[in-house]
Amino acid sequence: MATEVAGAHGHDEPDHLAPYLSPEAGRGIKGWLLTLDHKRIGLMYLVSTLLAFFMGGVFALLVRLELFAPGRTIMSAEYYNRAFTLHGAIMVFLFIIPAVPGALGNFVLPIMLGTKDVAFPRLNLLSFYVYLFGATFALYSIISGSVDTGWTFYTPYSTTSNTSVVSMVLGAFILGFSSILTGLNFIVTIHKLRAPGLHWKRLPLFVWGTYATSIIQVLATPVLAITLLLLAAERTFGLGIFDPALGGDPILFQHFFWFYSHPAVYIMIVPGMAVASELFATFSRRAIFGYFAIAMSSLGLALVGFLVWGHHMYTSGQSEFATTLFAALTMLVAIPSGVKVFNWTATLYKGSIVLTTPMLYALSFLILFTIGGLTGLFVGALSVDIHLHDTYFVVAHFHYVMMGGTVMAFVGGILYWWPKMTGKLYDESLAKKGWFFVFVGFNTTFLIQFIMGSKGMPRRYYDYLPQFETYHKISTVGSWLLLVGFLLTAWALIKSIRSGEKSPPNPWGSAGFEWQGTESPPVMQNFRVTPTITRGPYDYHLCSDEELFDGFPEDAEK
Amino acid sequence: MASAHADSEHAEHAGHGDHPPYLAHHFDTPEQQFDSAKLGMWVFIVTEILMFGGLFVAYLIYKGQEPAIFIEAHNRLDWKMGSVNTIVLLFSSLTAALAVRSSQLGKKNETTMWLTITILCALAFLGIKYVEYSHKFHDGLLPGRFFTAHLPEHAHNGHVLPQRASMFFALYFMMTGLHGLHVVIGMSILGWVLVRNHRGQFSPEYFTPVEIGALYWHLVDLVWIYLFPLVYLVG
Ligand code: HEM
Ligand SMILES: [Cu+2]
Repeated sequence: MATEVAGAHGHDEPDHLAPYLSPEAGRGIKGWLLTLDHKRIGLMYLVSTLLAFFMGGVFALLVRLELFAPGRTIMSAEYYNRAFTLHGAIMVFLFIIPAVPGALGNFVLPIMLGTKDVAFPRLNLLSFYVYLFGATFALYSIISGSVDTGWTFYTPYSTTSNTSVVSMVLGAFILGFSSILTGLNFIVTIHKLRAPGLHWKRLPLFVWGTYATSIIQVLATPVLAITLLLLAAERTFGLGIFDPALGGDPILFQHFFWFYSHPAVYIMIVPGMAVASELFATFSRRAIFGYFAIAMSSLGLALVGFLVWGHHMYTSGQSEFATTLFAALTMLVAIPSGVKVFNWTATLYKGSIVLTTPMLYALSFLILFTIGGLTGLFVGALSVDIHLHDTYFVVAHFHYVMMGGTVMAFVGGILYWWPKMTGKLYDESLAKKGWFFVFVGFNTTFLIQFIMGSKGMPRRYYDYLPQFETYHKISTVGSWLLLVGFLLTAWALIKSIRSGEKSPPNPWGSAGFEWQGTESPPVMQNFRVTPTITRGPYDYHLCSDEELFDGFPEDAEK
Repeated sequence: MASAHADSEHAEHAGHGDHPPYLAHHFDTPEQQFDSAKLGMWVFIVTEILMFGGLFVAYLIYKGQEPAIFIEAHNRLDWKMGSVNTIVLLFSSLTAALAVRSSQLGKKNETTMWLTITILCALAFLGIKYVEYSHKFHDGLLPGRFFTAHLPEHAHNGHVLPQRASMFFALYFMMTGLHGLHVVIGMSILGWVLVRNHRGQFSPEYFTPVEIGALYWHLVDLVWIYLFPLVYLVG
């Protein structure tokens, strides 16, 4: 495809053996905006998704602040509806879906595979611009009246609400294509571009997780695309597909939406699991326990994730048979997740655990995801969910998974690969303080919501009964602690960019391919010489702890 | 693991020496590049099929709910024009395949001919679609708030359609419209391949874009092969 790239080096051609951040690898602003290098594209994704996280976070803080006291606190009910919708839509479509694959996946995956780039570098850059294009639609929607439907866009409200639904929906539609292109690129890269000797049983678990995620992205996202397209057409032309007056069915929207969005929760969490697997292995200094089981459980999640969408619709008027079937199938999805949790725990057992900040995030991930996953079984159980549906219990559940799971792993992953990405070390003690506030803040915010929800506090409500006030106050204070935690972490990273110490190639002493084979930061084509893989990514038993930091002795001999 | 890979030592300074001009820097061999492109297109085709799949599912569900209305409404479609279009598309898939064959054999002019015929077929398809669509507009069969076929002035042989027939046309226009968009995209891809072929960029060693373009064109054909009988013939 990319024929021109291969021509002889002209003056503007990047030097493939220069460090990827150096001017020789791409000059000035053009060297970034037009780069085909997966590492630079990854960094651009990192910056954009973090901006989205910040924006979504501001809306979250506003929502929490409004709920600090009953009645009106800082905004009207109309604005409250917009605030929680924007929070959810931004966090889901602009942040969590692209974050790990786009930022960390782009950066790390080709290096882990021992290759120079992803299979289609231009498509990769295109997917980033498609992301920005979709984000523009979303921003336009925000300034032109915003959206108040909730991020789920349920009909019939979304077809009648007089807010700017169409542009937000088109934004999500376009963002979906960015997600599809990334997934497609990764699938082909993993199949076709592995270094010699890197057979499937040696693939790092991050690659396995990304592979499973990509499969879901490619299979589920188009269904969301068509659903959103129908919704936009419905609003523009009054098609009637979701309108009972014209023979349509609003429940069909819910089916379509969740046919995508349940698998999409695995698009959100599987990358987090993938990052965590790497962190556990590196900082336990031992081969990951149950490698094969963890790898296959990712694929298992990708598969069974498609069979359970109906558990979001127990109260929507499905047939009794359908609800029973979906409830039974839902118990099935717990199995692959359970397999992972047990194997991670077994990896820790008798490992030489190093409590760096990334490891603290990985351990938080393990605990919080377990809570999120187990409460998923509560809401998956038919009779219990009739009571818990659309309450704060559900809000707490999905925040334990998405934030306690994916966001923890994401932050852990950023810190872990930070020295590789920037070539600089960060201040561990500052980052640890940040972690402390994030962990405590998170639990303060969301643990209480389980209780509040089980006592009947409904979700998406502007006002509440006096008996919920204490809970809401605690939860809001928690959100401030979270803010402090993220600010401290951001400060640690900014400080590292400005005055961080230079990082050695392998500061963590990891046996992973991305640490053993490259400089920090890597050269533009990642490896000076195409590597041949002769061992697995977790072969800690093959050398002593000290040797890890300087590379495997057998490699040095060659 | 970062041990020197003796016989790929040369691969590091890609762009020089034995790296042919069409081979991108990050690939080691032309086969690898070809296989990647092909796999990529197949994955994309899967995505497209799932996207259309949503529409097919919606169609089948609503047809199941109101079979009588769907039959009545589908009688307003012109199955003759639909059949002609089916033949046109099937034929164009053949010519697309022949274009791949001729470019594999390095016959540049023949490739140009087959590609041109394929594109002409695509244009013919769109032309016929245009005629069909304008009849539908004329008969007040646009769906949703534009639907007027239930009003007396749009009676057809003395019959008017029930208002609920609008659903059939909503799906008809979404399905054929999205398919039509794919025809336009496929045509543009083939046009770009045509230009590159004209510039002499393909050879028996490198004809990936022809292959990929044709593959996409087969998808466009495939969707129609399911759409036509379901909507035009079965109703
Ligand atoms: C920064 C900390 C966060 C706080 C304080 C927070 C707070 C909230 C609150 C108060 C709601 C509204 C609940 C309701 O009444 O329905 C909410 C909803 C939601 N949040 Fe968060 N959140 C945070 C982070 C996140 C993250 C990281 C994600 C996703 C990755 C996320 C995803 C969602 C989703 C999907 C909803 C549902 C929106 C809707 O109902 O349409 N949140 N959050
Ligand atoms: Cu679900």
